[in-house]
Parts: sequence; C-alpha cells; structure tokens
Amino acid sequence: MKIHEYQAKELFRKYKVPTPAGGVSESVGGVEEIAAKLGLPVAVKAQIHAGGRGKGGGVKLARTDGDVSAAADTILGMTLITKQTGPEGRVVKKVLVEKGVGIQKELYLSIIPDRETACITIVASRDGGMDIEEVAERSPERIIKVAVNPVTGIQGYHLRRVMFGLELEKPLMKEFSAILKNLYTLFVDYDCSMVEINPLIVTDDNMIVALDAKMDIDSNALYRHPDILEMHDPNEDDPIEAEAAKYNLNYINLDGNVGNMVNGAGLAMATMDIIKQAGAEPANFLDVGGGASAEMVENGFRLILSDPKVKGILINIFGGILRCDVLAQGVVRAAEKVKLSVPVVVRMEGTNVEEGRRILAESGLKLINANDLADAAEKVAGIVA
Amino acid sequence: MSILVNSQTRVVVQGITGKEGQFHTQQCIEYGTQVVAGVTPGKGGQLMDGVPVFNTVQEAKEKTGATASMILVPPPFAADAILEAIDAEVDLVVCITEGIPVMDMLKVKNYLAQKDTRLIGPNCPGIITPGECKIGIMPGAIHRQGGPVGVVSRSGTLTYEVVHQLSGVGLGQTTCIGIGGDPVNGTGFLDCLRAFNDDPDTEAVVMVGEIGGNAEEQAASWIQENMTKPVVGFIAGITAPPGRRMGHAGAIVSGGQGTAEAKIAAMKECGIHVCEDLGSLGRLCKDVF
Repeated sequence: MKIHEYQAKELFRKYKVPTPAGGVSESVGGVEEIAAKLGLPVAVKAQIHAGGRGKGGGVKLARTDGDVSAAADTILGMTLITKQTGPEGRVVKKVLVEKGVGIQKELYLSIIPDRETACITIVASRDGGMDIEEVAERSPERIIKVAVNPVTGIQGYHLRRVMFGLELEKPLMKEFSAILKNLYTLFVDYDCSMVEINPLIVTDDNMIVALDAKMDIDSNALYRHPDILEMHDPNEDDPIEAEAAKYNLNYINLDGNVGNMVNGAGLAMATMDIIKQAGAEPANFLDVGGGASAEMVENGFRLILSDPKVKGILINIFGGILRCDVLAQGVVRAAEKVKLSVPVVVRMEGTNVEEGRRILAESGLKLINANDLADAAEKVAGIVA
Repeated sequence: MSILVNSQTRVVVQGITGKEGQFHTQQCIEYGTQVVAGVTPGKGGQLMDGVPVFNTVQEAKEKTGATASMILVPPPFAADAILEAIDAEVDLVVCITEGIPVMDMLKVKNYLAQKDTRLIGPNCPGIITPGECKIGIMPGAIHRQGGPVGVVSRSGTLTYEVVHQLSGVGLGQTTCIGIGGDPVNGTGFLDCLRAFNDDPDTEAVVMVGEIGGNAEEQAASWIQENMTKPVVGFIAGITAPPGRRMGHAGAIVSGGQGTAEAKIAAMKECGIHVCEDLGSLGRLCKDVF
C-alpha cells in the first residue's frame, strides 16, 4: 500500500529523518495560511501517489504571496497526468506546502528488499533529483548498492560503504549515518516494500534534508500496522478495484474489451495472454482465487459488467478441489441474477467437467461452451471483433 | 522414482484442526499420503480423522517419525510455524499459506540457509509424486503416475492446467512442484531442475514461470550449462501492465525488470522449448519429449 508524501514525511520525522517544515491543506486559504507561517519562498506540492508530479505541473515554487495563491489555485482540483497515472490522470485534492530550502547537493537514497538474496538493499547515488532508472542505465558505476542481512541488521560498515561511495564530505558523515540508520529502522519497523528519497539534499547551510518521500508498505503486513491503514486514501483507489477488494477478489482494470474471470493468478495471466494472441484485448485481470466459490463468481460477474468497455466475457475455470458441477451451478445462478448483457464464453476443465457442461447447456442461458483454451479465446475474440 | 517425496514420506500437518487444515488433510489421506501427525498448539492429545494431534512439531516428530511438514496456518503465524519445523529438523517443509509478510520471509530464508531443511513455498499448491504422496492442495486426480515428466511451476491453477494437458496426451509425471508465487520463497527453480536432472526416471521437464524477478533467466542459463534432459517452458503475463502486481506478490514488472518478453527470450537462447500458446502445451510436449 502506497502512502502520500506528507504521510511518509510524518513517519520520517517520527524516526528523526529531517524534512522541510511544512503543512497540508485542501484549500487555497489554507495554503496561504501555511505559507504565511513558514515564510517565503515555499514549494506547493500535489499529493497524489503517482511519481513524476513535477513534470506534470503538480509542484510549484512560490516566491511571492501572489505566487502562493496562484500555485494553490492551479494545483488544487487539477487533473494531474504523469507517466504513472495513465492518460486519465488523478484529481488533486490535497497539497503539501513546504518551506523552500537552498540546495547545495542532491543525492538519491532508497531501501528495498531483494528477493534473490533475501537481504535488504540500500541504493544510493550522487545523481539525486533525476530518474534513477535512467542513471542506472547511463552510468551504473554511479549507483551504490549495499545489501544488509535482515537477521543481523544494519552495521557501521554498511553506513560507511554508502557514505564513502557517495564521496560525502567528512563533516556530513555523522548526520548522514544517523539518518540512514533511522531510515533503515523505519523500513523494517513498518514492513516497507520501498522507501525512497529523491532527492535527499545537502542544504546551503550543510544540513541533510529529505526533500521528497515515497513509501510503499507490504500489504500482507498491514494487519500489524493499524496506523498505516488509517492513512489509506480512497481518492487513490480505482472504484472497481476497491469494490473487488471488498469481495476478496483480485481485479485490475485494463484497456481492452474482453472481460475475463479466472481462478488463480497464474492462469488468469495466461488467459489474458491467450486472449491477446487470439487478436483481442483483455479488459481486466480478475482472479477469483484458487478455490473459487459460486458467490465469488457472482461478484466477479458484477464487477466485469460494471465496466462499460466490456463487449464479451470469457470465464476460464480449472476445477480442482472445487468441482465443475458446483461451479456451473454458481455460474448459472449468477448469470440469472445479474442479467447478462453481453455474450459469455465458458471454458471449464477438471473434476466433474461433463456434469458441469451439461448444467450449463441445459440452463437456457446464452452461454457459449468452449472445448479448450484455444477454442475459448478464438470464440470470445470472434464476438468482440 | 521421483524427487523429494514418495510413498515413504511421513507427513505432519501444522494447523491440522483449522478449516483448511482439516479439509486438505482429508484430501491428502484419501490420495494415499501417509499423514502421521498434526500440530495445533493447545489441542495435543486429540485425534483428527484418526491422526494424532500434538502441541509442538518437536513432539510430533519424536512420537511419529514425521519427515515432512505441510503448513496450513494463517499468515501472521506462518513464519513461526516454518521456523518451528526447521528447528525440529523436519527434512521437508511445504508451506501453503498465502499472504506472509515479506519481512518475515526474509528472516526465514536467511535462517534456512544455515540448516538442512528444504522449504517449498510459501503461497504454493505443494508437491505431489503421483500415486505415492501428495503434500498440498492440488487436485490429485488430474495427475498421471509413472513419469516421465517432471513439472516445476510458480503458479497454482496454471500448473493444474499444464498437468492436465500432459496427462491428456499420455505423459505422466514423476513429481510436480509448485514453488509458489511469493517474491521470497524457499526452493527455487534451480533446486528442482537439479533434482530432476539427477532423477533417473525423469526424462523431461516442464517449467512454468511468470513475470517478476529473474529466477527464470537464472534457471535458463543453468539449464543451458547443465541440463541433460529436454525442457519445455511457459511464461505467463505477456499482457501484464508494468507496475501492477498480478495477484501473486512476486508477479510484478518493475523498472523494466521481469518482463515476459525478456524471460521468453532468455529461455529460447538457452535451448528451452518455449510454449507461446498455452492451449498447445500438451501437444508441444508430446512432440518434444
């Protein structure tokens, strides 16, 4: 789960990672008030989860009172489009107003888990303030990676490897060590899947400050972080995906027009792929779970049909523990309840498949039976073509 | 023959009295697995479907000689359960549980590295040697015993699809392993490939991967250098959008890493027969093997 910059910075302050003085507001008046308190200049920053806010016009520096009002007026309520929001963008409801600081140097610092080595990796670079993936591509020697074993935790040599790698001046080292150590502790305490500061700056008066803050928290660990759950912002949710989450379904909205419902994430991905190979485009990823129930199928139908792009639906269920006959009954009941408005191709395989197919055929519903995966994809692609 | 489990494997089920634990224990017993013990703290002394329940894995192992464990406990308690099984020196631990925090698994994996126990999973369907032993939640009936194919996969139902197609074209399986869809797991592709390569009865291998990470790429280069048997590969997620987690915690394309295209290209380069159309996987295997 991602949180906003201002929320991440609250946690930073709790862990003694310095941030610029600032405040959050949802109104122009509120922004003006915060700016007056802080003193000019200030930065006005749109609070949405996507990156690339600056390039999209969601971050402005204000040097006069007039600038402050204009920036707040422009950013609040704007539909901010960045390379991470997709073409539909995101409406900005909140801005963070921060005291402007003189920048001497911009660094990059992040912490991520490394799946391969089962370590926690610190990534740092002297080239802060830029797209770190571009830096990694252009000049990989300017990226420092230090792996920390999570059992023994962060040690002095880890800190030194980062600092000497960054060619940090001696007087800054004590402060930087403390900040990195605290950031690592925050990362572990909060089950983060990413903490990123880009840029981490050295100010004109030689202070180290986190000018930006990104935090992503492992959603599997949210049960032990009630304070993070409270930070959830419904404004960031896709409405259909949020609805799906309520039913314990895994749904991701995509651009195509073939709705599909599959049990199991791997098979769901493979089903999307086969739809594309048949010449059509999937409208969604929907995993109803390895042991899908009739009720889940019904909710899945509702979700898919709430997407107006959908012109045809493919159901692909591999009945294992859940028998195909039970599942077929679920499909029939659900189809009757939700009043199907588009053609549905059903591909079912596994335990009691013959009985399942008979139930579907005798249901009187306009369900199109597919013999195998390839047949199913071709049939549904034909419908939406 | 087979790898890791066979008719001699003696299984303890951790979380045997839970809803999932009960149901899948019954299914495993029905399949013919030797389930010799269960563990649920506080319920020691009871019998569950004739299986004695103990308070600790240590006790279960001492009293019944269990050699493998199947873990079906909720995610907040799963890392504890895995560590308990490792400390009780159970040879093989199969963790089915989905949704274990990554931080827990990072610690488990580091601890595991110092021990002899093998962990399969978490977030996996388990392992089965058809006709001999099923430790997991996969439907037993779709499998066909006697080999000659070994199956290793990151997915659940996608594996069932693959196995079903194999059985459908008359290709039985020696052992099928679901290594799980989490980013940090125990046994990886490499361990399974190595074991299949050494197993005299496994003549060919099907490897099913998906987007995210670079385990498939590593496996591919190992195959090129070491594998003496033909391998058919499949990768799910060609259409997956970057930055989105596709159900499995590990299935995510981020920063241009872990794409299906890159994996498929690496596999082809290493001499793996890549199946690009899942519908024809069974037929392809029949042709290749």
